[in-house]
Amino acid sequence: MLEIHNLTHTYGTGPGAHEALGGVDLKVAEGELVCIVGPSGCGKSTLLRSIAGLLRPTGGEILFQGDPVERTPDNLAVVFQDYSRSLFPWMSVADNVALPLRRKGMDGRQRRQAALDALEQVDLAGAGGKYPWELSGGMQQRASIARAIAYRPTLMLMDEPFGSVDAQTREDLEDLVLRVRAKHGMTILLITHDIDESVYVGDRVIVLSKAPAKVVSDLRVQLPGPRDQITTREHPGFVQLRAEVGRLVRGRQGQAASTG
Amino acid sequence: MIVLRRIGRLWLVPVVIVVWELATRALGDDSFPPPSTIAGRMREMWLTGPPSRLWINDSAIANIPPSVVRLLGGWLAAALAGVTLGLLLGRSALLSRLFEPIVHFLRAIPPPMLLSFFLALFAIGPEMQVATIIFGVIWPILINSADGARTIDRQHLDTALVFGLSRGQRLWRVILPSATPKIFAGLRVSLSLALILMVISELVGSTEGIGYQLLDARRSYDRPGVWATIVILGVLGFLLNSAFLAVERRVLSWHRTAKQTT
Repeated sequence: MLEIHNLTHTYGTGPGAHEALGGVDLKVAEGELVCIVGPSGCGKSTLLRSIAGLLRPTGGEILFQGDPVERTPDNLAVVFQDYSRSLFPWMSVADNVALPLRRKGMDGRQRRQAALDALEQVDLAGAGGKYPWELSGGMQQRASIARAIAYRPTLMLMDEPFGSVDAQTREDLEDLVLRVRAKHGMTILLITHDIDESVYVGDRVIVLSKAPAKVVSDLRVQLPGPRDQITTREHPGFVQLRAEVGRLVRGRQGQAASTG
Repeated sequence: MIVLRRIGRLWLVPVVIVVWELATRALGDDSFPPPSTIAGRMREMWLTGPPSRLWINDSAIANIPPSVVRLLGGWLAAALAGVTLGLLLGRSALLSRLFEPIVHFLRAIPPPMLLSFFLALFAIGPEMQVATIIFGVIWPILINSADGARTIDRQHLDTALVFGLSRGQRLWRVILPSATPKIFAGLRVSLSLALILMVISELVGSTEGIGYQLLDARRSYDRPGVWATIVILGVLGFLLNSAFLAVERRVLSWHRTAKQTT
C-alpha cells in the first residue's frame, strides 16, 4: 500500500547543502506495523514528512495506494512527537479529536460521538471536555492517538510518538498502539530511535544508516503473540533481534568496538 | 474574601482624593480647583435631570453618547479591517513584502497631522472624526495581527494540513485563534489610542461631544468645567479598559492557563 523508490532529499544548495535521504527504498504491505530506526539526525523525520506530503522530496517517488504523493493524502493520519504543539490549546480535547472529521461528511452529533468513542478507546473517556494543557504528557499523546483513530486512516504515521514521556507511560502507549492496530487493522509506520521499542511493537524493523539515509537492513520480527511487556522482552528471539538491530544502528562504530 | 480584597485594592483612591482636596485648598489657585468643586461642576454639567432618568440631563445625552459611539465605531471598524489585512499580510510572504513598507510609512504619520486632510475631505462632522480614529488606531491592530499570523507554530499548521482541514477551517480554527493573543494586545493599545483621537478630533472641529465640551469650558474660562471633562475622560478610559480586560479574560482563558502550566 506504500511504496518508496529511491527517495532522496537535500536541504539547501551549494556547499552548505545537507543530504538527508540518500536513496531510500521501502515497501509496506496493508496491515503491517513497520518500525523505522536509525541514528539520531539520520533523516527519519524527513522521510516521514515526505510520506505525509508535508515536504516535497528532491528526488525519487512515493506511491500511496498506487498514487504518487503530491500533497497530503486522504486517509493518512500523523501522530507527532511533540503532542503539546500538535493538539490545539484553544479547543477542548473532544473538539481536537472531532475537528478533522468534518471532511468525512459527518454532522455535528456524529463527529462528537466518534470523538467520544475514540477517546474511550485510549482510556480518556472522561477527558473530552478538558483542555489539552490540563492533561499530563502521556494523556495528551493518548488524545492525539485518539484523533488519529477517529480519523479512520488507512495509514497512520507516528514520529517518535513516545520520545517525550516517562518509561512507564511509554510501555502503556506501546501496548495501546498494538491494541489499536489489532482492533482497526490499520497500517502503521512508526519512527523511533528506541531499538527495544522497534522490536517490541514492530512486525518489521527497518534500519536506516546515518545521513544521507539508506535502508541498511529490513528485519522481520518473529515473536510469539500477543506481545507482553515482560514475557516478550525476555524471549530469546527478542534479545537476539534487539542485539542485531543495535549493531546495525551503530554501524561501523559498533563493529569496530566488537572486533577491537 | 473577594470583597475584602477588592476593597483592599481600592483603598488608595479615597486617600488620593483627600490629599488632593487638602492640597488644592491650601494652594488656593483657581487653575487647580479642589475635587469637591470639580465634582460639583460635573453634577451641574451632566446630572441635573429628573430622578426618573437617573438625573442624567440633556447636555449629558447630547454630548457623551455621540463621543462614545464614534470612539467604539472607529475602533471596531479599525479592528475588523486591521485583523483582516493583518492576517493577509501575515500569511502571504508576497503581500507582506509588497505592502509592509507602505504600512510602516503610513504608521509613522502622527494621526493628528491628518486632521486637516480629513477636515478638507469630509468637513466638520462625525465622518471626519471616525476617519481620524480609524486611521490612527488601525496600525497596532494590523501589525500585531500580521505578527501573530506569521509566527504560528509550524506543527499546528502541519497538523492542520495532515488532517485535511479546508482553507476556511485553517483560518478560523487554527490561524485566527493562534494569533488571538497578539491581536488582543494590539486591540488594547488601540482602544486607549481611540480615546485620545476621539478627543483630539472633537477639539479641532465638532458641534457636540466630550471634546467639544472641553473646548467650550476652556473658551469660557470655566476651569472646573475643564477639569470635569478631563475627569470624565479618565473615567471613560478606565471603564473601557475594564470591559476590554473582562472580554479578553474570557476569550483568552486557554492562553493564560496554558502558559501557566507549561
